[in-house]
Amino acid sequence: MGGVTLSPAVPEAAARSRTSRSAVRQIWGSVLLKRIVFYLVAAWAAATLNFLLPRMMPGDPASAILLKMSELGPVTPDRVQLVHRLFGGAASEPLWRQYFSYLGGLLHGDFGLSLAFYPTPVSTVVRSGFLWSVLLLGVSTVIAFVVGTALGALAGRRPGGWLDSVISPLSIFVHALPYFWAALILVYVFAFRLDWFPLSGGAGPDLAPGFDPAFISSAITHAMLPAATIVLTSISGWLIHMRNMMASVVNEDYVLLARAKGLSETRVTTAYAARNAVLPSISSFAVSIGLVVGGSLLTEMVFNYPGLGSLLNQAILNLDYPLMQALFLVISMTVLVANFVMDCLYVLLDPRTREAAS
Amino acid sequence: MTADLVLDVQGLAVEYGTDRPARAVDDISFRLHRGEILGVAGESGSGKSTLMTAVSRLDRPPARVVSGSVRYHPRDGAPVDLLSAPPGQLRELRWDRLAVVFQSAMTALNPVMRVGAQFVDVLRTHQRMNRKEAWKRAAELLELVGIPGDRARNYPHEFSGGMRQRAAIALALACDPEIIVMDEPTTAVDVVMQRQILAQLQELQARFGFAIVFITHDLALLVELADRIMIMYSGRVVETGTASALYRAPQHPYTLGLRDSSPTLRGPRREVRAIGGSAPDLWDLPAGCAFHPRCPQRTAGCDTTRPPLLVRDGHGTACLLAQPAAARPATTPNGTEEGA
Repeated sequence: MGGVTLSPAVPEAAARSRTSRSAVRQIWGSVLLKRIVFYLVAAWAAATLNFLLPRMMPGDPASAILLKMSELGPVTPDRVQLVHRLFGGAASEPLWRQYFSYLGGLLHGDFGLSLAFYPTPVSTVVRSGFLWSVLLLGVSTVIAFVVGTALGALAGRRPGGWLDSVISPLSIFVHALPYFWAALILVYVFAFRLDWFPLSGGAGPDLAPGFDPAFISSAITHAMLPAATIVLTSISGWLIHMRNMMASVVNEDYVLLARAKGLSETRVTTAYAARNAVLPSISSFAVSIGLVVGGSLLTEMVFNYPGLGSLLNQAILNLDYPLMQALFLVISMTVLVANFVMDCLYVLLDPRTREAAS
Repeated sequence: MTADLVLDVQGLAVEYGTDRPARAVDDISFRLHRGEILGVAGESGSGKSTLMTAVSRLDRPPARVVSGSVRYHPRDGAPVDLLSAPPGQLRELRWDRLAVVFQSAMTALNPVMRVGAQFVDVLRTHQRMNRKEAWKRAAELLELVGIPGDRARNYPHEFSGGMRQRAAIALALACDPEIIVMDEPTTAVDVVMQRQILAQLQELQARFGFAIVFITHDLALLVELADRIMIMYSGRVVETGTASALYRAPQHPYTLGLRDSSPTLRGPRREVRAIGGSAPDLWDLPAGCAFHPRCPQRTAGCDTTRPPLLVRDGHGTACLLAQPAAARPATTPNGTEEGA
């Protein structure tokens, strides 16, 4: 740590240069380890909060749930115990024992029974919503990011050029449209008036979910319009972001030098300008990929789409605590996983972060 | 001498802005010969960097070349005016014949590419090497400037400031160019490193014989490095001549001021003096000689007559004091003569 001694640094630097590749691997390893530890701690904190929240709520969620369950059908002692394990309540064990049995239950994916879809297990309900949301929002978020960033790079390559003066004001206009309004207009025009796409739902109601061509093609036609609304409204955010970064990066000396080197215009734009300008967008992309699992409440409401967003809505309306608890946990875990993946990707994309983290 | 000419700049003028343009480079002419080091000195805002970007066709809006020519003379074949060359031809000439070294090597290397890869792409473009040969050559080039070849695998942030600067010079040598334009290549490093780099540069220049246009604000440095020096003030050449003559007996009061504003490493001790005032606003240049409001030796006529660059025995001066009284023009001609 002592920065005063200069002489020992010299052989160290020389040694490092000799084994630079293995050193990089070592740094990469330690970065990875640090991140894994960080994300494990964050996951534990999220699970613990999820445990504490219903117990800190005023009133007694456990009793409310049991009352509701008894309205829906007979409640076995097993189920009573499960509700107490997940939500606490007056007649339960000390807090620390509840905590350990809660964690144990999580590891088995046991979240109890959904009240809104009684008596379907919460895990089954969440799993089906998860797939719908991830497919619809995941695919459209990736498309919006890729297309928006590419267009932004083209527009920002020559700030003030013709492409920039067409694309940028247009995307600011689109960006200003309220999502639900744009979505309703699209539904009205393409589903209601023109009848090109189905009005709502995830697939035809008469089809059983499965890996057969009829179901898949129905799911795809149902997803087209909601996906289009998401892509259309979120593309402009990526575009403006990338365009502004690009406009400042093209003035960097290394881009000017790349041009002075007589490299092709494509190479200057991609390997030198866009490669650097995209880095901040990657970080925001991580956040929005994480949020995909939260579902888009608005999209799923407008299109009555069976994803996690509309599940969460139903859970809230029906005071379905088990479903809410599971959804919160799944959403926070997915945000963490997505961020972890993007963090690792970022370290690969920006060599400077390897140095900073070591 | 004309056989050895490699770059011939005539009447170059560059403006910034469109509504009310500021002329950052005004009617500049110079010739560069093979293996020659031409120094261009001046303070901030004198237009020296604008001149460099215009000559290397790296100017970007709002800069605009309004007149002049930049003729490159290849060893064989007809001269090419870089200002009117089509993009394809220009791209072929870039780096292969004319390379540049930027002021700050800290930002001139792409931070997300390995240093070697930034040699490899240019070698593959101009020398048609395969990937393996190009990496080998990148390592050799780095070793030319005293950087171990295996450091080619490093990223720029793993290099020290001095190493990055030397890497930038090595990069300029990649295609064995005939001209290297250097814009204050040593301002970002300390004095010791500056010495090392310049010594290395002179050695490389003697070995490979490229010509250098060296831009700096440091006149003392140029005197030791350059064959000829051109002094710029608010976009115009105020004095030009051989390095020794210009330093020993400056004709223009501005050159004198510039010389006396920095201490020398060799030679007699003398008092260091600053030039009073600051560089003029390009949008509102003083009438007559642009330097006259700051000039300690100004006389009648300096505020009305803009002195032309008069060249005698290879030494040019744009000052009324340096001109015989009879020859002082009543008007302000724009023509500039430059003897080789």
